[in-house]
Amino acid sequence: MYRFFVAAVMPMLLWAPSAAGWAEQVSREQIKGLDEQVQEIKSDALGIAADLNRLEEKLLYPSNSQLAVFVSLAPGTKFRLDAVEIRVDGKPVAHHLYTLKELEALQRGGVQRIYTGNVRSGEHTLEVHVLGKSALGGEVRNSASFKVTKDVAPRLVGITLAAPGAAGPSISLKDW
Amino acid sequence: MRRLILFLCGLLVAAASSAAKAPARAPLKDLYFGEGLYHAYQGEYFDAIARLDTELGQYYGLDEPGLDTLHFHINQAEFSVGDFELNYRMHLRAGRAIKAVLEGNVPPPVRNEAAYRLARLHFQKDQPGDAMTALARIDGKVPDTIRDDLAFLRGNVYVAVGRFGEAASIFKGLQGAKGYEGFASFNLGIAELRGGEEKDGYASLARAGQAGASDPATLAIRDKANLVLGSRLLEAKQPALAKQYLERVRINGPFSASALLAWGWSDAGLQRYDRALVPWSLLVKRNVTDPAVQEALLAVPYAYAQLNVHGKAALGYGRALEAFGQELDKLNASAKSIREGKFLAALVREEIKQDPDWVIKLRALPESPETYYLMELMASHDFQESLKNYLDLEALRKRLDAWEANLDAWEEIIAQRRAYYQPLLPELDRQFRALDSQMRLRIEQRDRLDKRIKAMLVQPRPDFLATAEERVMRGQLDELAKRHRNDPATLERIARLRGVIAFRIHTEYDQRLTDAWKHLAELNGVIAALKKQYASYVRTRQAASQSYEGYDTTLSRLRTRIADAREQSKTLMARQGHLLEVMALNELETRITRLEEYQVKARFALADSYDRAVKAQEAGAVVK
Repeated sequence: MYRFFVAAVMPMLLWAPSAAGWAEQVSREQIKGLDEQVQEIKSDALGIAADLNRLEEKLLYPSNSQLAVFVSLAPGTKFRLDAVEIRVDGKPVAHHLYTLKELEALQRGGVQRIYTGNVRSGEHTLEVHVLGKSALGGEVRNSASFKVTKDVAPRLVGITLAAPGAAGPSISLKDW
Repeated sequence: MRRLILFLCGLLVAAASSAAKAPARAPLKDLYFGEGLYHAYQGEYFDAIARLDTELGQYYGLDEPGLDTLHFHINQAEFSVGDFELNYRMHLRAGRAIKAVLEGNVPPPVRNEAAYRLARLHFQKDQPGDAMTALARIDGKVPDTIRDDLAFLRGNVYVAVGRFGEAASIFKGLQGAKGYEGFASFNLGIAELRGGEEKDGYASLARAGQAGASDPATLAIRDKANLVLGSRLLEAKQPALAKQYLERVRINGPFSASALLAWGWSDAGLQRYDRALVPWSLLVKRNVTDPAVQEALLAVPYAYAQLNVHGKAALGYGRALEAFGQELDKLNASAKSIREGKFLAALVREEIKQDPDWVIKLRALPESPETYYLMELMASHDFQESLKNYLDLEALRKRLDAWEANLDAWEEIIAQRRAYYQPLLPELDRQFRALDSQMRLRIEQRDRLDKRIKAMLVQPRPDFLATAEERVMRGQLDELAKRHRNDPATLERIARLRGVIAFRIHTEYDQRLTDAWKHLAELNGVIAALKKQYASYVRTRQAASQSYEGYDTTLSRLRTRIADAREQSKTLMARQGHLLEVMALNELETRITRLEEYQVKARFALADSYDRAVKAQEAGAVVK
């Protein structure tokens, strides 16, 4: 009996794929068919999302008043970014605390849109306050103030943050 | 067997490519493209695709896309969308996008990378024939970044289509390639074994089993190579040699339970049951849900029985029966919990999704099924894909709910804007029309002045530059001349005065013309400011109407589309959930059947051991 037991069980232990048990009732075609339908609904949802994006921009942030602020990290920046606050004309408009995932995304070259809002045409003050920790564990607090002029086109402002002591300024602004 | 190899290779492709790839950070020229990457790097592929789709749509709608900042990243953006779609498990769309790149007029390295991606996509979808076709399109320069990945994929595809010799020569060429330590040797061994080159296959697996690296993936493939090799040798009735390799599997690695079990069988194969007890005794102390542990529960008393220690064997079978009974209770309770829908409810809990070890933690939730029994199933490709689809549908459902709420809010905003602007605008428009006609009049006057001054440059007309006072004085002199037409002395005085005025006008003409130019320039400044204000008003007026007009059709269409998508996703979610439940239940059923078989065997063996123990006792008594 044990010889049979050994002979019968051994190959199963080595090679049996787990799917063998349900293969009769759940076919691969069923899985594939459902997967394709899920892909279709995802595609529909993406189409809706793109239309909603456009509609949202037109409805809530028309180009003649739109101001969008983006945050990125300078290449090679290693300091731990904890929070960024944006003020427009002295009023706080965005405050973001960063998760590890978000920080990694920024370090890999991603750009975060931290604020989208509406301002009048003309000159505005944009203040950026940064809180973080240096590579040695010390607290980093930086602030910078910039003048931004809004005209009829959407105004896109890129804020680049660098580690303290880096060659360039630790907070710099680029117009797009 | 073929499916298992494919599955293994699929895992290896994923493991090896993730180890080898480290995307270089290129200078960014388009903020929205960077935003797409920001979402993708966090695994938020839906948002990443939606962002890039929007940007690409706008880019291709431009008259001069070459002037747009996305132009600098356009190839990368097209590829990224394909990549993100793959990560979001939209293989059909990704395949179409990659095919479009392939058929476009692109340089060979770009086309070859697209062909590689398409081949990888087909391979992941278990379509090796299509993967071969895609690979056949690769011609000319291949980007250095994908050279090894491409070779590894080609080797795997050859294995899948049965061209083992060609696969083996590719894997041989990859020995020592960075990121493929152990993986290439393992796949080489599999290709050789499947190609009938048993001796070479064993040698390659032995080499993979000694790959020098400390990262978890390579250590795992090393263990797997030793386990596969040991098990093959055991099947080939070479237990002594098998043991050599099985002993190399790490005791705390993912394959240790199977290795300990097989190690025991290799000793048993050599009739050394006392030695077989060493790994098996270690194994039975582990979690009893593991199939290897369950088998070891029977193997330990079996070894005692072979050593003629029937009392201990009987006790061992008794313990096994007790453990199997408890496990069957757990399995039945788990099946009940799944049938009651608690499995699906547990799968979509937020706190579980945040944790990478969520599958294990699932079992800690009250009334959730025993997930240890489902671990093997949950690690399988089909279950994983179905589960991810289910979770994606759940996320989609939440998104659609949020969108619907957004539409409600937007409609309210539009209604409020309409209520505010509609009563104001008619009066504003009336005032504007009045100002507009005044403005047009002034602009016409300015244009006339401009023409006249320009004409004076060609033909001087000093009279045109007489001051108002001079013109009045001339009028008064004309009047006086009429009144005193019969008085020569007065007329002479009038003529003298006229002469004084004419003299002044003529002598000051140049200065007056210069001043006129200056004043016209000043007037131009005023007119420009007026026009700017006018344009600003027109824009604001237009923005006011556009802030509430023309949205009704769009919003209503979107509402219908969202409602349809919600309905569809609800249906699909129910079907996908049911599929997952069936898979889980069938897995549990398989385990129940196996345990019941073990129970039957244990009962027979227990009775047999008792008989033999009693007989041995009686024989001992007779001898005494």
